[in-house]
Amino acid sequence: MSTISYSNRDKIFNHMILILLSLSIILPIAVLFFNSIKPHVELGTNPLGFPSEIRLMNYYDAFVKGNYARVFLNSSILVLGTLFVCIPLSGLAAFSLAILSPKGSTTVVIGLYLLVGLSIPAQLYILPLFIMWKYLHLNNSYLGLIIIYSALNAPFAVFLMRSYMIQLPIELFDAAKIDGAGPLKLFTSIAVPLSWPVFLTSGLIVGLAVWNEFLFAITFIYDDSIKPMATILFSFSNRFRNDYTLISAAAIMMALPMAILFILFQKRFISGLTSGGLKQ
Amino acid sequence: MIKLFLKNMTPWYFLIPIIVIHFIVIAIPSILSLALCFTDWNGFGKINFIGLDNFYELFNDRVFKLAVWHNLIWTIFFLTVPISVALLGAFLLTGVKRFQLFYRFIFFFPFILASIVNCLIWKYLFHPKHGLGPFLENFGISLFTNSPLTQKETSLFAVGFVDAWHFWGFLVVIYITAMYQVDETLYEAAEIEGATKWQKFRFITFPMIRPTFVFSVLIIMIWSIPAFDYVYILTGGGPAYSSEVLANYLHFQAFRNMNVGYASAIGAMMFIYVFIVITIFGILRRLDWEI
Repeated sequence: MSTISYSNRDKIFNHMILILLSLSIILPIAVLFFNSIKPHVELGTNPLGFPSEIRLMNYYDAFVKGNYARVFLNSSILVLGTLFVCIPLSGLAAFSLAILSPKGSTTVVIGLYLLVGLSIPAQLYILPLFIMWKYLHLNNSYLGLIIIYSALNAPFAVFLMRSYMIQLPIELFDAAKIDGAGPLKLFTSIAVPLSWPVFLTSGLIVGLAVWNEFLFAITFIYDDSIKPMATILFSFSNRFRNDYTLISAAAIMMALPMAILFILFQKRFISGLTSGGLKQ
Repeated sequence: MIKLFLKNMTPWYFLIPIIVIHFIVIAIPSILSLALCFTDWNGFGKINFIGLDNFYELFNDRVFKLAVWHNLIWTIFFLTVPISVALLGAFLLTGVKRFQLFYRFIFFFPFILASIVNCLIWKYLFHPKHGLGPFLENFGISLFTNSPLTQKETSLFAVGFVDAWHFWGFLVVIYITAMYQVDETLYEAAEIEGATKWQKFRFITFPMIRPTFVFSVLIIMIWSIPAFDYVYILTGGGPAYSSEVLANYLHFQAFRNMNVGYASAIGAMMFIYVFIVITIFGILRRLDWEI
């Protein structure tokens, strides 16, 4: 760890700039939060500050008017469904690339394929995909979107998991092989238990990505009853254009689950989100 | 022999499920798109091969040219403003021990928020009646009287600002990780020579984090082209196409106009750009450019 030595005056200066930068992030979010607990009439006189009277009913109103019980369920189905498909299958692929054929040509070919896939802009394939999905009757359904999200997030999950599994002691696998364990057994009884941290990290990152995803959600789901959080919030904010207290409460409700997870698993989120590209 | 073959196939069995899904969702539609850009298909009727007509049309399309120009401005904006702020933030962070994790947490926080949430925050703060404009006027600062999102001159930068606001903390984290790997003795030597903070940054920190820096330039150049959420949510490309970008224009052509062939041509152009950027970086890396 290397640090530059600073005098006290410099330290104060550093903190001042850092505090300014922090405020530029905290204050806008605070305004959103204040407005979410503010009576609507107070917006005119006190648009940015802390409310003089706290009104938690905004949350109830937003919850009812936006039918949020349903929306939470929709988003949760998408997140859990994607995790259910993407994480085990990515784990299998990562296991194959890290343990079964760590240096084989398979790894090179698949790695290159996933890398190219990662760098294709979604706009190139979104329209043909939409038409394909229409013919397969996968449009406007959870399953259709879950398949898409699994594919979109798989390269990231595979790379992250592979970089972890490749550090597992190979002797363990060799010993189990001598005992007659097949490759699937190696995966379920050695690789998965030993690499659960990376499964957790990828699960969090993929879950976050799905929860927040906008482009595919707005393109592939057009029935309000099954729309996820992000696109409901978009139409909600257009419908109640001027009801900022209501919109703010809805936005906070969307942000809260991920904010809590981020506070709990800060290190995992940050390392996962930043290492995705860096390790290659 | 057969047994040996099967043995070599085992790694593939583990790969096939996810690769098949990925192939169906990304590879096949991409290839289809690259084929459809030579047609005038509208999504349901007859498919006519029209050669390069879509591309000729694109080069005469005022909105398309505007979108390309805006994507270029967008890229340059992201390569300068968020990168400078993030470099400053990361460099200052290496100098503080107390609250360091706290700062990092704060800086990174908007990155985990959904684009729609960030957009709602700033749509409100840009509001001509409630937002920052009237608030600052209390102090005699006239920043904006109308929402910058609704003004032709500022809409693109206002959208870019919101996107950059949520993004720069990501850069801070990747820069600071690199900065911590710099050999401490270099700074000690510089200290003895009497180097200033700026000189230390310019001649030690920056050269040492160059691989990470170049990586950040690469991802910004790749991510700036499909930029969609913030434009679509905040302005929809308006007013009068003043914040139109390629991804939004493509979405409009595809899902409003049902111009499948034309939209595919825009997608193909975006793909070609990304392909060129990656190839250039790949070649530079091959040439041992230390990136």
